[in-house]
Parts: sequence; structure tokens; C-alpha cells
Amino acid sequence: MGAVVGLRCRECGRGYAVEPIHVCEWCFAPLEVVFDFDEIRRTISRESIAAGPRSMWRYAALLPGDAEKRVDLGAGFTPLVPAPRLGAELGLHDLWLKNDTANPTHSFKDRVVSVALTVARGFGFTTVACASTGNLANSVAAHAAAAGLRAVVFIPNDLEKGKVVATAIYDPTLVAVEGSYDDVNRLCSEIAGAYEWAFVNVNVRPYYAEGSKTLAFEIVEQLGWEPPDHVIAPIASGSLMTKIKRGLDELATVGLIDGHDARISGAQADGCSPVAVAFRNGEEHVRPVKAATIAKSLAIGNPADGFYALKVARETGGSIDSVSDPEIVDGIRLLARTEGIFTETAGGVTIATLAKLAAQGKVRPDERVVALITGDGLKTIEAVEGAVAPSMTIPANLEAFAANLQEGA
Amino acid sequence: MSVTVRIPTPLRSATGGVSEVVCAGATVREMMDDLERQHPGIKERICDADGSIRRFVNVFVGDEDIRFLDGANTSLDDGVSVSIIPAVAGG
Repeated sequence: MGAVVGLRCRECGRGYAVEPIHVCEWCFAPLEVVFDFDEIRRTISRESIAAGPRSMWRYAALLPGDAEKRVDLGAGFTPLVPAPRLGAELGLHDLWLKNDTANPTHSFKDRVVSVALTVARGFGFTTVACASTGNLANSVAAHAAAAGLRAVVFIPNDLEKGKVVATAIYDPTLVAVEGSYDDVNRLCSEIAGAYEWAFVNVNVRPYYAEGSKTLAFEIVEQLGWEPPDHVIAPIASGSLMTKIKRGLDELATVGLIDGHDARISGAQADGCSPVAVAFRNGEEHVRPVKAATIAKSLAIGNPADGFYALKVARETGGSIDSVSDPEIVDGIRLLARTEGIFTETAGGVTIATLAKLAAQGKVRPDERVVALITGDGLKTIEAVEGAVAPSMTIPANLEAFAANLQEGA
Repeated sequence: MSVTVRIPTPLRSATGGVSEVVCAGATVREMMDDLERQHPGIKERICDADGSIRRFVNVFVGDEDIRFLDGANTSLDDGVSVSIIPAVAGG
């Protein structure tokens, strides 16, 4: 299991062996993996990482899973690009985009799934399963197909067509559940108790979640081993934000950087903003909500890691805010128009929230800011198809074109 | 009032491996007390010292999370099914 030496309860600290379990039997809090960082520190270096593959597995030393069991479609090491034109629009002088639309199934979920399925195979599972708002479904189905594992994927029955088709094409058992993601999740936690499957976001979740750290690792390496000043991420369950922080912390722990002062901020949609509301109200606890937003990939009304996401924002001096559905569409269009990246609704949430925080001075003009663009716009065409259209429709002749162009098209 | 409480895998060490327990109670709070009478020690796994349900525990009456109802004071209809479910990450 790589450098993983055990599991530990995030609340009461009780220790557990390396097994496919996810909650503390004592207090029900989530378990997390424990690494032998002394051992990792002895062998890891910037050079050893540079000599690795151009994928997230260049950081294998800091991930669970054995190399010979690896399930890898090439996730990670996605482009980190400067965004001067978007930065100029938002008044930010040093803005960067981590473009995770460039992953094999076009979202950051390939990072967590590659780890989860590697670990699942290591435990000897032959069936993998997940509850998903879409991106995870795409990724589990694809990785399972490539690894020859059986996949059982549960989704809410109102998902975008692109996400349904881009899952079904890999031929998993695809179960559309009549209800919200929270209903699907609840069903899956009961199914997980009844079947001997590796549920990537249930019983192998402690390992799965580690995959998100690679976003932080890559950002720092791609900035020449300089940590950014500020990272902004979308919030669904809240896990991504906590793992960005963890990833930055671990780079310091193993001596790859001296330390960091990165602020970490989060973005939600108004129609599903339990963490943003708790942040604004200064509350410690996240009250669940019934989700209703076009950002379906973020529509988790009962975010398991919401409490920890709040803590990360507060501890690092970051912010959490939310934006309306029209602002999400504007965010998607702004990113496309200025930087040539077409993101799904979650990325629209991130960009629109970044704009809001920048206007309020909560993201400062001179900070080196990295915004996480976590999924591809082709997955959620429905969100923007009413907002954009051809500039003109003309007969196939030069006169018609010239006449239409003069009319200001 | 008698209800069926579904016990998740991580809690079954407190029920001797049993996955469903029939409990008496007009509210979730009373049901918890009866569950504790039948399986001493289980309540402190689900509830904090002050008796409130732990942050990472979701309790559903039928299909509804009790946080959308009256919390521990949520009333229970005869024969209803109550599920205790650990929080799960996203997707």
C-alpha cells in the first residue's frame, strides 16, 4: 500500500489497520490515511519527481497504492496556464488556471479514481462502485473498463445528458436513481454495507480522497516549486479544499518546499451553498440543504467534509462565497472568451466566485492566485446552449456574408 | 409506538452484529434511549456527551433527514423505519 502505514480517525485519533473502511467505529468521524513521512522524506526529491511519469503518479511516493496494481489512464500533470486576459477583467495581476479539463475523462475526478481503483485492486475487489453527480461516474466507468473491473455506478436520474452518455458508453451497470444526489448517497451507503464491493466514495474513500492532493503538488512544481499565495476551488463535499491544504502541507513536511502561507478559498452555487452560508454566518456547523442549481456536479446538500472545508478557509485566511445560476453562466462565458477554456458549471461557479471575491478585495490584486478548473464544458452543454448561438445564418454566397457582417455581427 | 432501526456496519459491533433493532419511542430521542436499553453503550457512539447527535451521523426517519424535521424531537409514526448513516463524501 505504498507508504501508507494505517488509518486514523480525524476526530478522536483512534488508529485502524489498512483496510477498506471509512468511518471510525467509535465516533463515526471519517478516517484518513497515515503515511510514514520520515521514510518518504529520506527518498523523495525534486529530481526523483522530475524523473517520474508526466502524470499524477510522479508523486506516487505520497499516494496510497502499489505500483503493480496501478489503474492509470494518464490522469494529472494537466496544464497550469497564466490567465492575463481574465486577470485584467477581474483586476488580478498574477492569475493562473489549473486546467483539469485536460484529464482522460475531462475532470479532476480521474485523480481520485486512479488512486481508488489501484487500492481497490490491491484489496482484491473485482467490482467497483460509486455514487456520483456525473464526473465521478464518467471516471469510474472508464477506469474500470480499462482495468477489467466490473463497475456499478449510481447517479441521480436528472443528470445532464453528456454525463449520462459519457458514463454509459463504458458499459458499466449504470443505475439512475429517482432522487437527488443526497438520496443516491444515502442509498449507496446502505448498499455498501450489503455488498462486497469497493465503493470509491464510501469504503475506500480515505484512499480515494488522497488523489486530490496531486493538484496541489502539480501547481507548486509547475510554479517552479513556489507555493501560490491563494488557491480557489469549488466545493461539493468539501474534500477538494481540504486536500489542497493537505497537499501543500505535505510538500513542506517532506522537505520539498520550506513552507507555505497559501490562502484557500471555496466556491458554491447559491442553490446549494450550505458551506458558504455557514462561513458567512460565522457558524461552525454546516446545516444541510435541498440542492437546486444548474451546477449539478456541486449539488451536494449534505457535504461530508463541509466542516473541514470551513476550517481550512478560516485557518488559512481564505473565504467561501456563492453565486447565482446566471452568474455561473456568465463565469463560464467569461473564462471561454478571455482564456479559451470551456468549463462545466463547476468551473463557472469558481470563476464567478473569484470575480466576486476579487471585487470585494478578498482576493488581492497582487496575489499569485490559482483557480481550479475542474471539469469540461462539453459535459454540461445544457447550461449554456440558450446563451450562445451562431453570429449569423446565411446562404452560401459572399454578398450575403458581407451584408450580414456590415450589420455588426 | 414501535419502529425499526437500521444499524450501519460500523455500529454493529455494538449490537452483536444485528442489522435491525425494533425500538419503542414516540420521538427519535425516546427511540435512542430504548436502543441504549437494549444495547448498552451504543448511544455514546451516536451521541455526544450532551445527548445531541454527533456531527458525522445522519439519522433518517423514512426518507427524510431529521435535520429537515425536528431533530431529536422528530415524532415517529408506528412502524416507520429509522436509518442511522455515516456521512459520505462526494462525487
